[in-house]
Amino acid sequence: MKVLVPVKRVLDYNVKPRVKADGTGVDLANVKMSMNPFDEIAVEEAIRLKDRAGVTEIVVVSIGEQKSQETLRTALAMGADRAILVVSESKVEPLGVAKILAKIVEEEKPDLVILGKQAIDDDNNQTGQMLAGLLNWGQGTFASKVEIADGKAVVTREVDGGSETESLTLPAIITTDLRLNEPRYASLPNIMKAKSKPMASKTPADFGVDVTPRLTTLKVVEPAKRTAGIKVADVDALVGKLKEMGVTK
Amino acid sequence: MKTLVWVEHDGKTVKDATLSAVTAAGQIGEVHLLVAGHGVDAVAAEAAKIAGVGKVHVADDAAYDHALAENVAPLVVALMADHDAFVAPATTTAKNIAPRVAAMLDVMQISEILSVESADTFTRPIYAGNAIATVQSSDAKKVITVRGTAFAKAATEGGAGTIEAVASTGDAGLSTFAGAEIAKSERPELTSAKIIVSGGRALASSEQFHALIDPLADKLGAGVGASRAAVDAGYAPNDYQVGQTGKIVAPEVYVAVGISGAIQHLAGMKDSKVIVAINKDEDAPIFQVADIGLVGDLFKIVPELTSKL
Ligand SMILES: Cc1cc2nc3c(=O)[nH]c(=O)nc-3n(C[C@H](O)[C@H](O)[C@H](O)COP(=O)(O)OP(=O)(O)OC[C@H]3O[C@@H](n4cnc5c(N)ncnc54)[C@H](O)[C@@H]3O)c2cc1C
Ligand SMILES: Nc1ncnc2c1ncn2[C@@H]1O[C@H](COP(=O)(O)O)[C@@H](O)[C@H]1O
Repeated sequence: MKVLVPVKRVLDYNVKPRVKADGTGVDLANVKMSMNPFDEIAVEEAIRLKDRAGVTEIVVVSIGEQKSQETLRTALAMGADRAILVVSESKVEPLGVAKILAKIVEEEKPDLVILGKQAIDDDNNQTGQMLAGLLNWGQGTFASKVEIADGKAVVTREVDGGSETESLTLPAIITTDLRLNEPRYASLPNIMKAKSKPMASKTPADFGVDVTPRLTTLKVVEPAKRTAGIKVADVDALVGKLKEMGVTK
Repeated sequence: MKTLVWVEHDGKTVKDATLSAVTAAGQIGEVHLLVAGHGVDAVAAEAAKIAGVGKVHVADDAAYDHALAENVAPLVVALMADHDAFVAPATTTAKNIAPRVAAMLDVMQISEILSVESADTFTRPIYAGNAIATVQSSDAKKVITVRGTAFAKAATEGGAGTIEAVASTGDAGLSTFAGAEIAKSERPELTSAKIIVSGGRALASSEQFHALIDPLADKLGAGVGASRAAVDAGYAPNDYQVGQTGKIVAPEVYVAVGISGAIQHLAGMKDSKVIVAINKDEDAPIFQVADIGLVGDLFKIVPELTSKL
């Protein structure tokens, strides 16, 4: 069984994003970039499926600037077997990403594609569902548990009211939620080993996909700032404040 | 412009999230609704009364019973032949379906809009709400999800929508529903609660979480939320999680107990009207957004507060 895992390079989740003064976006110059946290979970799940479900090959893909190869190397060091970098120095939207991934799926014929549920830069939460739509495959989104057996993926999904389980015919798409697993750190020997794992380099044009954006960002601003309020000395003062506000009698 | 709004329901009644989506859709164009499900006459009748709605398309079929995206997306795509925008509340159900629809229509979805600037221009949060982008769509048809806290709820009475049955697109044969564990609670739902009390990692166990947070919430008639750290540690169930990747809430009052205020948590609650924070660390980032802060040990403060309310 082969698994494809798309991974995105994003601003590290510990870094506080700063909006550029000219209103064109968030400043990414000289800040730490990392693999999207949900994608680490996706890579980890694929690796665990090697033991659990007879996965034999994990192919990781990233679409983005040349530097995304660092993200792919991280995935290879975690335990993926092979990487495909699709270089685009300009931003590719989820629809374009999904179209490129659909072409890669045609070539690679994986049984499963595991994506993150959302990239924490643009917070779109679209790519997995779009890919499933383009391929006409089943989709198990926001997964907190995955079981593979008898040509099916049984996926427990985190939904607003609790959780829900669906059974999908393979091949299928899965998107990861935070509690699916806890991703491993790559060990030093594995980081060394990852350097010699194969990485193919492509462009969107190689797949004949037009990635012209459909959305134009007119401006990016900081949200209205909240100002810190007051500190009260004790519970009586807090109760007093809550009463003043009419929260309680 | 004709919009088609996804009606979020539980098979019996229309969920509140629908009402904010109706308001957003009304700012884009005419509002038509889609009720998909199995045995949903009551839902359709209720939906038709929402102020400002025109047609209510009802697709009643066992294939739509659990709103599986594989079955529902082709239905929406078929209906989009006569609509210009698909507008859905940003619930987990609709977030599962809408991008699949968008890809099938070859359009780029605009996720979790905060405002409608014009029929093709919207604002939306990026980077966990640390930046707000204004985006313009060049697609002929729009697929949009709506952040519930950003739009007023449409009135549930006063509308006179006309109910129209639509043909089923059937079962796609790709997926089957295998069960659900939906939490039952007497407390208000997080996304519509007026007051929320949330607990963090500091609660230190499931027992203490419930022993301290629940009585305070009961006194205030509040919903209960949690930080991811509290959920991950098993102190609270996953549907309590507030934040970038949990629920987005904006109650009148949000009480954060033993929560540090990580940006991913703030992303889910910083639009609350009044934020109250209880934390023993006076430098905790939560105090930078709190209107009222009380520095101290929650294990002493919370029981005292509950008894004095
Ligand atoms: C991709 C991603 C998505 C995430 N999404 C979310 C999300 O949706 N929601 C979310 O909440 N988090 C999310 N997080 C996690 C987030 O980064 C923080 O780790 C988390 O919010 C911390 O939870 P906490 O405040 O309860 O715990 P901590 O940060 O450990 O804070 C505990 C606080 O309790 C205080 N405290 C300790 N003891 C006491 C006491 N006796 N009395 C009073 N105060 C006390 C401490 O001073 C501290 O401030 C996400 C992280 C990632 C990487
Ligand atoms: N440029 C990209 N390269 C590789 N994978 C991506 C890219 N963009 C999105 N993805 C995948 O799609 C998921 C959801 O992203 P999004 O729809 O942008 O929120 C991510 O977690 C990744 O798994």
